[in-house]
Amino acid sequence: MVAAAFADFMQQVVSGLAAGGIYAALALALVIIHRSTGVINFSQGEMATLSTYIAWTLTVNHGWSYWPAFVATLGFSFLFGVVTHRVVIRPVERGNVLRVVIVTIGLLIAFNGFVVWQWSGEPQALPSPFGTDTVDIGGVIVSVQDVGTIAVTIGIVILLWLLFQFTKVGLALRAAAVNPEEARLVGVRVTWMLALGWGLAAVLGAVAGMLTAPSVGLDPQMMQPILIYAFAAAVLGGIDSPFGAVVGGLTLGVLLNLIGVYVDFVGPELKLPVALLVILVVLLVRPSGLFGRPEVKRV
Amino acid sequence: MTTLLELDQVEAHYGPVQALRDVSLTVSEGEVVAVLGANGAGKTTTLRAISGTVARSGSIELEGKELKGGPEAAAKAGIAHVPEGRGTFVDLTVIENLRLGAYTRRDRKVKEDITRVSEYFPWMVERGGQRAGTLSGGEQQMLALARALMSRPRLLLLDEPSLGLAPMIVREFFRIVRELNEKEGLTVLVVEQDARIALRSSSRAYVLEVGKVALTGTSEQLRGDESVRRSYLGY
Repeated sequence: MVAAAFADFMQQVVSGLAAGGIYAALALALVIIHRSTGVINFSQGEMATLSTYIAWTLTVNHGWSYWPAFVATLGFSFLFGVVTHRVVIRPVERGNVLRVVIVTIGLLIAFNGFVVWQWSGEPQALPSPFGTDTVDIGGVIVSVQDVGTIAVTIGIVILLWLLFQFTKVGLALRAAAVNPEEARLVGVRVTWMLALGWGLAAVLGAVAGMLTAPSVGLDPQMMQPILIYAFAAAVLGGIDSPFGAVVGGLTLGVLLNLIGVYVDFVGPELKLPVALLVILVVLLVRPSGLFGRPEVKRV
Repeated sequence: MTTLLELDQVEAHYGPVQALRDVSLTVSEGEVVAVLGANGAGKTTTLRAISGTVARSGSIELEGKELKGGPEAAAKAGIAHVPEGRGTFVDLTVIENLRLGAYTRRDRKVKEDITRVSEYFPWMVERGGQRAGTLSGGEQQMLALARALMSRPRLLLLDEPSLGLAPMIVREFFRIVRELNEKEGLTVLVVEQDARIALRSSSRAYVLEVGKVALTGTSEQLRGDESVRRSYLGY
């Protein structure tokens, strides 16, 4: 009886981690852009949805198998992010951050409109690369989809970490984000680094979108709740901390899943308000999040 | 001596405010040249004009080639600018700062150069993993210098390196600059409030007043100049 309850609990933890991995990927996208451009990209979710439709078109309409379509979608998303920065964000980047915020909200509406126009609002099914099987890990039954989702998000986070930590371009990306003036003095082309950051963020969003679609179904509004969760995750971890975004995402995923299952009066329908509550509490109690450094204004 | 840097009638503006009216100066290969002047005379702006961080007109040539474009282009042309207030990447580690200094280089000798550069700053080796922001002011200034050296610059621009540092550290800093000049033939253009140490460390100097070159000569001559002594040396 106790063992069964424990197995059930662990099952919920695993599917919470899978959901959390998706939040983490999108939260990381938000953090990358916030560090460099200084704003929350409100269109991040819609960009991810658009990317996911590309994957859907390639697999369902053009008969590509899943993984080639996955990689091609990441490539497309990277260019999509870079072009979005160069064409739309860069011209308004200097000066008031509010301008950029308003532009990203405009992009949210524009991308959403484009998706509806291009693919209609009908829900579609994106195949899962992992199938619908379950595996038994030490008495805990978990779906292969969940395990695969966790593996892909962990993989992408590690790749990104290696890029930022050990490559010259990663170093330049970090320098350009934190200290653009000095970065230019050592020869870093900062505006291109910012565009590159947008490209990487779009790639992360695409991963999140493609992992979300098989379980909830692909429709133009698919990523809107995920963006709220990602925002909560980023705030919880510290909006400028990539590590915090990952920890925040996973924590939130597990927490929401457990609350949804075990707390009767919440249930799955009230997960979103709980996420908003997390945002509110963190901003009130510890605005810099778990791993962010408190902001110091220098005069 | 061959001319490395030549400024001819350079003007610069910050919006409507004219910061440089007419600055002409030259720096020869292997020289240490100082720029003195009061606050607002245009010292910092002169360096910023050279590295392209401020819009300018007139001619600025490095090795006979006109410098065009922003700071990225200047860095690529071989100019290492250590800005006022150190300009280290405080969130990055000491080693990462040094690696960034070598950003414009395409060769694979960066690691060797980190070893070579840190001979001047032995403490940097064991503290390579430390975040630059946790270093003391003097250490950050040394790191900024070391980072500039990592680009193997044709010309080093130093902006007020003495600012906010204890006299002993300032002396140490200039000792290293002189050593680099003598041993490696490094060419330096240094802007300094502290005229005493600047004139002791340089071979020639320019005095700026309201965006113009008011006076120039060897550092020896300027040390003996009555007006320089009264205005900048204070005795």
